[in-house]
Amino acid sequence: MEEKRTKQEYKQWSQETAPRTKKARNLILAFLVGGVICSIGQIILNLLIVAGMTKDDASSVTTLCMIFLGAFLTGINVYDNIGKAGGAGAAIPVTGFANSIVSPAMEYKKEGYVMGVGAKMFLIAGPVLVYGIVTSIIAGIIYYLLT
Amino acid sequence: MGTRLGKQTIRLDQKPVIQAWASIAGAKEGQGPLARYFDDIVEDEYFGERSFEKAESKFIRETFAKIMMKGKVSPEDIQYIFGGDLLNQCIAVSYGIRETEIPFYGLYGACSTMAESMSLGSMMIEGGFAERVLCITSSHFCSAEKQFRFPLEFGSQRPPTSQWTVTGSGGVLLGKTGDGPRIIHITTGKIVDMGISDANDMGSAMAPAACDTITAHFTETALPQNHYDLIVTGDLGHHGKNLCAQLLEENGINVQEIYDDCGVMIFDREKQQTDCGGSGCACSAVVLGGYLLDKISKKELTRILFVSTGALHSPTSILQGESIPAIAHAVGIEMF
Repeated sequence: MEEKRTKQEYKQWSQETAPRTKKARNLILAFLVGGVICSIGQIILNLLIVAGMTKDDASSVTTLCMIFLGAFLTGINVYDNIGKAGGAGAAIPVTGFANSIVSPAMEYKKEGYVMGVGAKMFLIAGPVLVYGIVTSIIAGIIYYLLT
Repeated sequence: MGTRLGKQTIRLDQKPVIQAWASIAGAKEGQGPLARYFDDIVEDEYFGERSFEKAESKFIRETFAKIMMKGKVSPEDIQYIFGGDLLNQCIAVSYGIRETEIPFYGLYGACSTMAESMSLGSMMIEGGFAERVLCITSSHFCSAEKQFRFPLEFGSQRPPTSQWTVTGSGGVLLGKTGDGPRIIHITTGKIVDMGISDANDMGSAMAPAACDTITAHFTETALPQNHYDLIVTGDLGHHGKNLCAQLLEENGINVQEIYDDCGVMIFDREKQQTDCGGSGCACSAVVLGGYLLDKISKKELTRILFVSTGALHSPTSILQGESIPAIAHAVGIEMF
């Protein structure tokens, strides 16, 4: 068999014949799910401003509310289904970030609070934090040099 | 004493008998097309235990007990256990059988473990070293996801080539005598790596290994291609099965009508949203210990070639950019 197909040819053939990702469906669902999450955030923000908060305070509280919502829906085993349907639409908003921290915390609770929850909590969110912080440092230096 | 027929194949002259078999499956498998063939269906993914790993060990323990009961034997009657699973250090089987006090060989053949354990177990009987050998394996969707992918509650999308790890355990009791189905041929797989490095496409990675073993089996035994009623691979899934069928045809083996795959058989792809089908050690094990041996004992099937397929990668090797080495072990089972 190896004589008949090279590794490269086999890989190409298997990829060509593989079932395809339903791109159109995924794009539409990501748009809708992401849109709904962001709309909820916007509603909370507007309500808080109407209630008399300054815009800065209101956006901090909105973020907190969305993080709570993401964590809560993960805790009651709902967010994974939202993620399955919404893909990036559910992963990119801050609710997705909450999901990425709460889900390993739940999964690794059996291994104890230190080496389980504590050590594994940032399994998925860790890289986001590392590169987010590194990027913000670089941006900060550029900002400092320019001003 | 058995006869070596070629590089990979041996013929067993004692023809070890499959004296008893059992399969216990999880809830999702219990909603699939083969549900009525399983001995038990366990709805609770924790199986009353504290963790998924402990639950998987309980699957082993319960399957073991079921085989003892069905075979009307006690642990003292068994000289060896061959077993393995997917978890690191094979903890599911080690913890599952730790109270049995039976000499034990732990195996890691990934999802090929069922046929691997049966190959070694029947050689042990053929060699006259044992009267009875137990071969057992398990996998659990939740413990496998935890080890190989993401936490369960993490909201991620599965690619369409991905497969669903079967929750359950299956095992067989092999013995020297009896009326059950017999193991006649063993073709031991060699590692085949065609450079696939996507851990979400194990069907593509394993199909060439399955084709290689099946081809070696027919070449070395010189059996006619219509010898078997069914040739069944372990967990290539829909995509891998198609690839394997075509690769076999290119090798001059036309078995399309009698070829199937346990990963395809175990789930209803559309209704159960399992993408390319089932996978895991338990995939071929519960289909064998449930459906296949039931059909053979009723003589609805008389000769099958059972080919468990395994992907021998780890999360570490994938992160380091390695491709997936695959293997397939074949066991020829016949009813007289």
